[in-house]
Amino acid sequence: MITITDLHKQFHNLHVLKGISLTVEKGKVVVIIGPSGSGKTTLLRCLNALEVPTSGSVQIGDVKLDFSQKVERASISRLRKQTGMVFQSYNLFPHMTAVENVMEGPVTVKKESKESARAKAANLLSKVGLGDKLDHYPAQLSGGQQQRVGIARALAMDPQVMLFDEPTSALDPELVGEVLKVMKELAQEGMTMVVVTHEMGFAREVADEVIFMDQGVIVERDTPASLFASPREERTRQFLQHLKA
Amino acid sequence: MQMFLSNFFDNPERLNRWIDIAQSSFLPLLKGALLYSLTLAIVSFFFGLIIAVLTALARLSGIKPLVGIARFYVSLIRGTPLLVQLYIIFYGLPSVGIMIDPFPSAIIGFSLSVGAYSSEVVRAAILSIHKGQWEAAYSLGMTYWQALRRVVLPQAARVSVPPLSNSFISLVKDTSLAAAILVSEMFRKAQEIVASTYEPLLVYAEAALIYWMICFVLSFLQDRIEHKLDRYV
Repeated sequence: MITITDLHKQFHNLHVLKGISLTVEKGKVVVIIGPSGSGKTTLLRCLNALEVPTSGSVQIGDVKLDFSQKVERASISRLRKQTGMVFQSYNLFPHMTAVENVMEGPVTVKKESKESARAKAANLLSKVGLGDKLDHYPAQLSGGQQQRVGIARALAMDPQVMLFDEPTSALDPELVGEVLKVMKELAQEGMTMVVVTHEMGFAREVADEVIFMDQGVIVERDTPASLFASPREERTRQFLQHLKA
Repeated sequence: MQMFLSNFFDNPERLNRWIDIAQSSFLPLLKGALLYSLTLAIVSFFFGLIIAVLTALARLSGIKPLVGIARFYVSLIRGTPLLVQLYIIFYGLPSVGIMIDPFPSAIIGFSLSVGAYSSEVVRAAILSIHKGQWEAAYSLGMTYWQALRRVVLPQAARVSVPPLSNSFISLVKDTSLAAAILVSEMFRKAQEIVASTYEPLLVYAEAALIYWMICFVLSFLQDRIEHKLDRYV
């Protein structure tokens, strides 16, 4: 489903990604962990070209972008249509109600009719447990509720892959569970997911594979059971110990 | 002062004359205000805002020639008096064969002025919208124009309402400058009435009062709009 080949990203003279290669099969959940500054968020943002990589290629479904050459706007747009993104700070549109937020992509980008988009949006919001909040504005919702609207908004575009950028990091601890529950359900339905998170419980329980990144490279990748129990690399061990402390 | 007031009130003829003039001039002044001053302001503001948004987008585009043109335009309009601009359009351009009637000349002058001043307001408002809003729009597959129209401009509009309302209220008062290029708006009407009655204090005060009334209503509308736009924040 996802194939990343020798991806590099440089901001001026800061080398953030140093040759990342990775494949994710359809229906798998991959969790990326690592210290801040390790490049994990940048890698995720390269997958839908919110950051344009300096070189390397990304293929999602049948859309392949080779960043060593000049990339056309149209192909970036096709790549983005394959992916749904959930942001750390939700980034809901504050001037639209919950249901309007979810309808926005299908109506504006896919030119769906408002009626069918609204019906689908209402469905998705019920699915994330917000069937009674359709006409609430983001400011009237809790952080956990906003993030669930964010997930519904991304799902409305029928993406092949869902990208989560620290989806629970901005939430109060008591609201984290409701968001993770929705993500877990999504995983069980067979959605392909790439998740950057600090929620090790979620990784342990849901991930098919955990990737540990540090200083712009993938240090280690394994099933959660073996990576958490017996990391092969010293750096991974140090990081995991820090988390426990 | 006391002498003047006692003279004034001891002279019922003068007082009656004032009341007569005030009554007979009120309707023509109000007509000038509503038909010309306010129309001029509304039409110019409409075109001015379009120019302002385009100028702001040009400034933000990062495309060098566009940025250059936008900066030049803003600098030129802000750096020269509005009255001089109106004179150039109405009295100056005919020497190169461009004749424009008073009313359209005024529209052009005021629109260019609003466009330049408000472009800075619009630019700041667009910049104030969090980068995450653009990213969320892009992540849904929107193009630049879709993200701008559906996500960024509606939010920027909300931020711009207070400063743009101030610009509009200033513009309503600035339309009095159009008197100088023969537009028969309220102030010019007032000048004409003064010319025939020789009562400048009365007539100009009356005109001032009407400007104030209009601006009072506009401030009220501004509050209403701000309140309405605040509902989701």
